[in-house]
Amino acid sequence: MELTNYVVLATILFTIGATTVLLRRNAIIVFMGVELMLNATNLALVTFARIHGDLTGQVLAFFVMVVAAAEVVVGLAIIVSIFRTRRSASVDDVNLMKS
Amino acid sequence: MSMLLSPSAAAVLLPAEGAAVATDVVPGPFLAAPFLVLLPMLGAAILLLAGRRSDRWGAWFGVLMSGGAFLVGLWVFLSMAGLPADDRVVDYSMVDWISAGSLDVALGMRIDPLSMTFVLLVTFVGTLIHVYAVAYMEHDRDRRRFFAYLNLFVAAMLVLVLADSYLLLFVGWEGVGLASYLLIGFWNHNRAYAVAAKKAFVMNRIGDIGLIVALMLMFATFGAVDFSTVFAEVPGASTALLTATGLALLVAACGKSAQFPLQAWLGDAMAGPTPVSALIHAATMVTAGVYLVVRSAPVFEGAPTAQLVVVIVGAVTLIFGAIVGCAKDDIKKALAASTMSQIGYMILAAGLGPIGYAFAIFHLVTHGFFKAGMFLGAGSVMHGMDDQVDMRRFGGLTRFMKVTAITFGLGWLAILGIPPFSGFYSKDKIIEAAFVPVDGEPWRAWVFGGVALIGAGITAFYMSRLFFMTFLGRRRWNDGKGDVAGRGAQDGPVRHPHESPALMTWPMILLAVGSVGLGFVLNAGGRFVTWLEPVTGHAEHEEPVLPVALLIALTLALVALGIFLAWRQYVVTLVPIRAPHGSVLTRAARRDLYQDDVNETLVMRPGQYLTRSLVYADKEMVDGGWLGLAGGVGRVGEWLRGWQNGYVRTYGATMLGGLVVIVAVVLALTTGSAS
Repeated sequence: MELTNYVVLATILFTIGATTVLLRRNAIIVFMGVELMLNATNLALVTFARIHGDLTGQVLAFFVMVVAAAEVVVGLAIIVSIFRTRRSASVDDVNLMKS
Repeated sequence: MSMLLSPSAAAVLLPAEGAAVATDVVPGPFLAAPFLVLLPMLGAAILLLAGRRSDRWGAWFGVLMSGGAFLVGLWVFLSMAGLPADDRVVDYSMVDWISAGSLDVALGMRIDPLSMTFVLLVTFVGTLIHVYAVAYMEHDRDRRRFFAYLNLFVAAMLVLVLADSYLLLFVGWEGVGLASYLLIGFWNHNRAYAVAAKKAFVMNRIGDIGLIVALMLMFATFGAVDFSTVFAEVPGASTALLTATGLALLVAACGKSAQFPLQAWLGDAMAGPTPVSALIHAATMVTAGVYLVVRSAPVFEGAPTAQLVVVIVGAVTLIFGAIVGCAKDDIKKALAASTMSQIGYMILAAGLGPIGYAFAIFHLVTHGFFKAGMFLGAGSVMHGMDDQVDMRRFGGLTRFMKVTAITFGLGWLAILGIPPFSGFYSKDKIIEAAFVPVDGEPWRAWVFGGVALIGAGITAFYMSRLFFMTFLGRRRWNDGKGDVAGRGAQDGPVRHPHESPALMTWPMILLAVGSVGLGFVLNAGGRFVTWLEPVTGHAEHEEPVLPVALLIALTLALVALGIFLAWRQYVVTLVPIRAPHGSVLTRAARRDLYQDDVNETLVMRPGQYLTRSLVYADKEMVDGGWLGLAGGVGRVGEWLRGWQNGYVRTYGATMLGGLVVIVAVVLALTTGSAS
């Protein structure tokens, strides 16, 4: 099977993720978009590792997974906290620092 | 004070015919001359800087400084009189003033009979008027400031007459202009007075431009502006250049001396307190133009056309002022018109060349006495009549103000030229000189002589009118005794005319003594003419086209006619309290022969339109351009600001877009270079 297909798939997934992040207001959905982009990156990394025949890309993918897991923990905690205080999970409502 | 030789000392001095050459050897007593200027300047500085603290003693301090200058002047004068005639012209250059490239101007004084004549006139009359003003301004809150300005004026006037270069003369010229402005507008809380001051200032600026042009011409041609170098170089200069310089100097003289066509400011200048009118606008500052023309004699000698223009200006002004004087009801404005006319005589004489210079200065000195005396008399009348200036509301004041009436009357006889009063000797000589034929142009003698002669007649009429309306005739003011038949209106506020205090009458008496005797004393044996010869040169006596005796007789006949007409109209018949409508000429004369209207139509309004259109152009084009640019930048900023909307996703999109662009560029470059 052609390995470039994986790269194309990764690109499509990344684009979907980016579009989600840019277009949706709900913080949870935006968060899912971020996850999708991270995983698309992981897919690309693994594919490139396969193409080049070394493990660097796969190792990097593990790092990304670890960071993503940590990010999910922190991010969801923030979102829940915001939702509790403001009764909304919309990213547009988070404008406390705007005068 | 160190004495440096001015660079002009090295230049070869070519003497004007008959005039003495300036020496640089300063006789001992002349070293005191700087104090002439320093004393009043110090007075002005102290009084202005000390402010209200000096209110109590300020007035007498001013008198002291002016009097001190007079004593110094007298000392220098006496020591000059002790020198032989050829040594009386001294250039005393004190320090280098301006040294720039080829221009070298020293701060120096020219001490000669001409400048000393002015020094004595300015300081003597000036001191008397200072004393007078002590009483006249007694109830003015700002009396101290008044004396500071008076001292400033005396200092500036002395700089003007003592300067040894046109540049230093210009400093004094501007100084007297400033002092005149400050004093005309002394009561500047009155809007009309402030406007009068501004008018005088602006019209004087026009004259000053003439002086600046003359300075530039001199610097461009001779490379120097000091009298000795300029006069020495004059014989080698072209007539056209001398004519241009002469005309520029004449413009300056016209502005300062209120000569046609720059005379309109003098009448309004009467807004100043009366001592100012007496000192500045009668006796001294307004005669500075005559001084300038006489001082620049070598320039005018080389430019017959300019001389002719000088004579024409003098003749026109002397008739102009006389006509205006006949119609004015304001006593000070009538005197101002008379001043204008008398200075016209002086300018005319100064334009006649060597035969006229001495008489111009002679008339200037006697005029300084009798006109200052009459102005002080007018001030005394105003003092007694609660500042009333309308002569139609005077009449019969002799009984109440004997000293004022007598001193004024002596001044009146002097200006009329009745022998043996001062004016007779000076004015008659000018008329005689005007009748002296010029080679090849006999018409000049008849035209200018005739004008001077007729002017004397008109002078007699309007001065008699002034005197009769004020001091003789029936009372036309409310004396509080109810209506008496034939006495005129009793409307108006009740007046209590009274003689002024001794501080005011004594200066008037001393000036009246000058009005009576000065002409005779100075004329005896041609004393004054001989005294001025080192400056003006010796003029051969020339016979006028008519015999002198006939001229005198004609003049006196015209004067008698003028007095008679005035007597008939203003003493025999009752003077109406409200000015009658009058003939076309009277109405024109009341309005200064429409000079203000002409100035406003020809100069002021076009000028205003010009400035307005310039302001408009500046606003619309210059300002508009820059404001438009700034506005454009602002609008771009506004648009850019829209991007900073605070939404994370917008920033994210921007980052993404930027990233895509960067990747695209990098890809394009790498593939491009790879292929």
